Amino acid sequence: MSIGPGEAFSLMLRRELALSFRRRDQLLQPLVFFLIVTTLFPLSLSVQLSLLREMAPGVLWVAALLASLLSLDALFKNDAEDGTLEQLALSGQGLTVLVMAKTLAHWLVSGAALVLVSPVVAEALAVPTEAFPVMMLSLALGTLTLSWLGAIGAGLTVGLKRGNVLLSLVVLPLAMPLLIFGAAATDRAISGTNPAGALYLLGALCVLTWTLAPFAVSAALRITLE
Amino acid sequence: MNTAAPGLRVDQVHVWRGDRHVLRGVSLELGSGELIHVSGANGAGKTTLLRVASGLMQPEQGSVSWRGRSIVSAPAEYQGELAYASHEPALKGDLTALENLRFMVGLKRRVDSDELLATLERTGVAALADLPTRVLSAGQRRRVTMARVLAYRAALWLLDEPFTNLDAAGSALMSSLLEEHVRQGGMVLVVAHHDLNLATATRRLELQG
Repeated sequence: MSIGPGEAFSLMLRRELALSFRRRDQLLQPLVFFLIVTTLFPLSLSVQLSLLREMAPGVLWVAALLASLLSLDALFKNDAEDGTLEQLALSGQGLTVLVMAKTLAHWLVSGAALVLVSPVVAEALAVPTEAFPVMMLSLALGTLTLSWLGAIGAGLTVGLKRGNVLLSLVVLPLAMPLLIFGAAATDRAISGTNPAGALYLLGALCVLTWTLAPFAVSAALRITLE
Repeated sequence: MNTAAPGLRVDQVHVWRGDRHVLRGVSLELGSGELIHVSGANGAGKTTLLRVASGLMQPEQGSVSWRGRSIVSAPAEYQGELAYASHEPALKGDLTALENLRFMVGLKRRVDSDELLATLERTGVAALADLPTRVLSAGQRRRVTMARVLAYRAALWLLDEPFTNLDAAGSALMSSLLEEHVRQGGMVLVVAHHDLNLATATRRLELQG
């Protein structure tokens, strides 16, 4: 008996999470990078809390962006190299559904993990506790969107040698709005002003990528398979 | 297994790779209980033919149909009856043989562990079911790949060099699996460099490149 898209999504998500937790080095790499980069700032800059607090949104967001990029290169590369991508394309399930599951799994083990450790880093950057919820929400929306932007880049560059360089060149310009709105939301939360506008824009970008990007990624992968 | 309809038809397929004309008007028909052995020199387009037949690659000219319908118009139906095994094993080294099968076969149809273990038993690797596939030899991985093909329960097998890395016993097993599938009304399009020496009748398609 064949299975529906929901079951295929669930199976693929479980597979990707199982694979991620068996490769602990790859799992921890973005998280450790994020922690190291963000803690370097308090160590290297002045001990003035006001200066750290002022820089915190930018530091958090640039570090999150670069940390997310680290793991994106491998999103489809291993599957393309070992023949799994061909099997997925011929599985009888829509590649779009499988790509959604893979990207969600990527976010859960990279973006969501960054969101969860962000209060620790924020504390080191003198971010007031009241700003944590907005900071975490903006990072969650931003990294979710970033996973999709990265998936598009990874799909387009999966068949190329040194595709990781091109991936950065494709994704970083597209991620600029995230950086601007994300840092703005965090900054407003720190300064006690209303962050709603920036959060709405982040939310809109998130919805836009989650609805359109799966089709773009699956199309890019089909071109790669040819 | 639905064996009433005509099966696979590849009609006047042309494929170019840059300036190279890889497939020059290749045609074939594969019906129930038939096996076609595709051979030819390196670069003759054997793998390309399998990729075109699977739907992974679109030909510049010509068409591929399954049971009378273009595989482009009904890809999910076609893929439901297709088992494709390429050069690459498509196994994740960090997953066990059983997990690899469960996740990949599970995308095609509902399947339980007992059935998958029985399939691994048929290909002689049941004892290795709980080992990560990265510790298996190339021949053992090939057997796991073949178990996946069996577990798909597909009418059409597209196999690219399935005998690679297999020892004498593995090759004999592979031959018997091919014969059994053909006897049961299945269809096989297999790329192999050497003679298959099967008991069942086979047709040969020599690609010139």
